[in-house]
Amino acid sequence: MNEKILLTGNEAIARGVWEAGGHLVVAYPGTPSTEITENAAKYLELSAQWAPNEKVALETGIGCSIAGKRVLVAMKHVGLNVAADPLFTAAYTGVNGGLVIVSADDPGIHSSQNEQDNRHYGRAAKVPVLEPSDSKEAKNFTKLAFVLSEQFDVPVILRLTTRVAHSQSLVELSPREELPLKDYVKDAGKYVMVPAHAKKRHVILENKLLELAKFSDQNKELNHILWQNRKMGIVASGAVYQYVREALPDVSVLKIGMSFPLPEKLIKEFAAGVEKLFVVEELEPFMENAIKAMGIEVVGSEMFPRVGEIFTEDIRAKLGDAAARPILPTMGIPVRPPVLCPGCPHRAVFYVLHKLKLNVSGDIGCYTLGFMPPLSAIDTTICMGASISVAHGMEVAQGREMAAKTVAVIGDSTFIHSGITSLINTVYNGGSSTILILDNSITAMTGHQHNPATGFDAKGNPAPKLSLAALVRACGVNRVQIVDAFDLKKLQAALKEELAVCEPSVIIVERACALIDKSSRQPVLVANQEKCNGCGLCLALGCPCLIKRSDGKVEVDAAQCVGCGLCAALCQRGALEKTGDE
Amino acid sequence: MSKTTNILIVGVGGQGTILASRVLAGVLLAEKYDVKVSEIHGMSQRGGSVVTQVRYGDFVASPIIEPQTADIVLAFELLEALRSLPFLAEDGKLIVNTQAILPMPVVTGEAQYPTDALSQLEKQASLVLATDALQMALACGNPKGVNIVLLGILSALMDIKEETWLLVLRDKVPPRFLGVNLAAFAEGRKWGLNKK
Ligand SMILES: Cc1ncc(C[n+]2csc(CCOP(=O)(O)OP(=O)(O)O)c2C)c(N)n1
Repeated sequence: MNEKILLTGNEAIARGVWEAGGHLVVAYPGTPSTEITENAAKYLELSAQWAPNEKVALETGIGCSIAGKRVLVAMKHVGLNVAADPLFTAAYTGVNGGLVIVSADDPGIHSSQNEQDNRHYGRAAKVPVLEPSDSKEAKNFTKLAFVLSEQFDVPVILRLTTRVAHSQSLVELSPREELPLKDYVKDAGKYVMVPAHAKKRHVILENKLLELAKFSDQNKELNHILWQNRKMGIVASGAVYQYVREALPDVSVLKIGMSFPLPEKLIKEFAAGVEKLFVVEELEPFMENAIKAMGIEVVGSEMFPRVGEIFTEDIRAKLGDAAARPILPTMGIPVRPPVLCPGCPHRAVFYVLHKLKLNVSGDIGCYTLGFMPPLSAIDTTICMGASISVAHGMEVAQGREMAAKTVAVIGDSTFIHSGITSLINTVYNGGSSTILILDNSITAMTGHQHNPATGFDAKGNPAPKLSLAALVRACGVNRVQIVDAFDLKKLQAALKEELAVCEPSVIIVERACALIDKSSRQPVLVANQEKCNGCGLCLALGCPCLIKRSDGKVEVDAAQCVGCGLCAALCQRGALEKTGDE
Repeated sequence: MSKTTNILIVGVGGQGTILASRVLAGVLLAEKYDVKVSEIHGMSQRGGSVVTQVRYGDFVASPIIEPQTADIVLAFELLEALRSLPFLAEDGKLIVNTQAILPMPVVTGEAQYPTDALSQLEKQASLVLATDALQMALACGNPKGVNIVLLGILSALMDIKEETWLLVLRDKVPPRFLGVNLAAFAEGRKWGLNKK
């Protein structure tokens, strides 16, 4: 028997690509999908690339596939919105080397801006959707997805949820299969999607779907029935399947590994073999509606809500006979929300924005935490890249007066992802926004991935470093300032200056993320209790190291402090002093 | 089939809970159990609550622990221990590091850190092993060894050979930190065996 090890779902997928003789993993980071690419980067035989956004990642994947190699493209659920354009047409063209697209969904919104159910993309774009329920399946389904993709000439979506991506379970390892490079064949009818070709390819795709539906009925690795007590039958996929097995180990289960197209015959056989049919699924009634459309009576979303995750105890409570163990409310325990880290350069920026009482059109990244009290300095956060365009829309609605007290705030990675086009739009359409690019030299939120502006690639090798200032100027912005995040005076002056002018301007706020640049650590501070008068000025920074004592004075948590000195710069009485310790 | 055992590890981002869970999982794997582990990353990295769930037995389906079923809760921080109580089984054991790390609402004076946290825990859990693991780690010369001290205590409550723990520690801890970490483990284990 081969070696068995514990892997997360994401590690297992990277391993699956390697075993399947894959060539490339390309992605834009996004929780809970990021570690797929990080782990793929560790395999010598695999290429791994961070693309600037998901659309570019998928298009690179399409090219790699057309040119004859197996490729996996990874993204979080909202990333597929960005990549939806190439997805829908890649379904028409089909593939050469296998093309697998991971959509890592986030039911329960652990770290996302919504909880959309991307199985809908499979049906909408007419590509098959596989749903692994643990790491073993994550690896096996990845390999199977490549085979399916090549056999049916179609991209395949591998849909994960946070619990599958981030849970570890046992995986049996196999060796790598070495595949020859397939020929690059010019075939305009297949790959040039002009109307005349696309009309034909659509017919071909519809036929493939019929074949895929047959496959779904026949493939026992993906879809199979576990016949047990027949009083009740449950249809389930993904992590929820495991919860069903845990809560109701004796009932009959139809395990779905391919949720589009569904195995209609198998579902009918199952429905006929049990007294009452249920479907347990998180988020959308995706399987439920399809089963109802087959004319089968089934109970699902009326019992389980469409919002958030479903857990073992919920299934036990609704369908089990054992008394459910309720979660007892915990009263009066203060919450522990995430915060900007000690020494974080973003804190300085939001302190100034708050102080100047500006309207702030925000974006997505660590800096989104600037919305939290006491900084309370972000008014809107929609999706990546939206800060600049939303600020422009505000200016269009309310006029120049609004632009004079509004800024857009966007991180380096997010600016490159989709802020550039928004900036070009503002310049082109005569806007006068003031835009802050918070350049902390890394994609921090998702755990420190490189991007085109950091000077390194996904494998950690040196790469050409994009100059944000040159890029911004090339977009037509004439007013560009570069400021150190911790130079509060200069930052404030730059803001006032740029808000006052009636043309678009960009302030690039530079300072490396405090978690990567430990070299800049300074001696820890202490609060001199004789000098501190409890004025609370420093507390406006929202630094987790500054603790308000019951007498109103401030104390510094030396275990957390990294000595960034922001608080000392604010204190009028010199009460925050350096110690000798780092 | 034997019952599945549930161990819940709770703490604050940056405390080393992840390494602790990796060592624990490694030990269980070495003992040939079926193991599933669930950890939630993401926003929790930025100083938020961190929860890792470890389940093992002959066969484990779900990686997620149900309320009131944790056999052991290993809490790296007092407030997080309180928060985890709904998950502790009636006869479950709670190991708690008495260190307090103040969350933002407490730091800004909006909320109060419960002053009677430990006595609340003792009232509600059937067995509480409470210690200042930071002091124990410091005594072994390693302020970052809190997680390993706590693992040592955990090992005292589990029916697994000490050898296996040491083997896995050697495998998962970087060599330059191995010495201090083995000392931290021994310290925790000794303390746990005395208290049990
Ligand atoms: C379409 C989309 N892709 C990916 C993500 C996940 N994500 C959230 S923020 C972020 C990057 C933030 O990096 P940056 O803009 O440099 O800000 P930082 O976190 O470094 O402050 C990513 C990848 C997302 N929310 N939406």
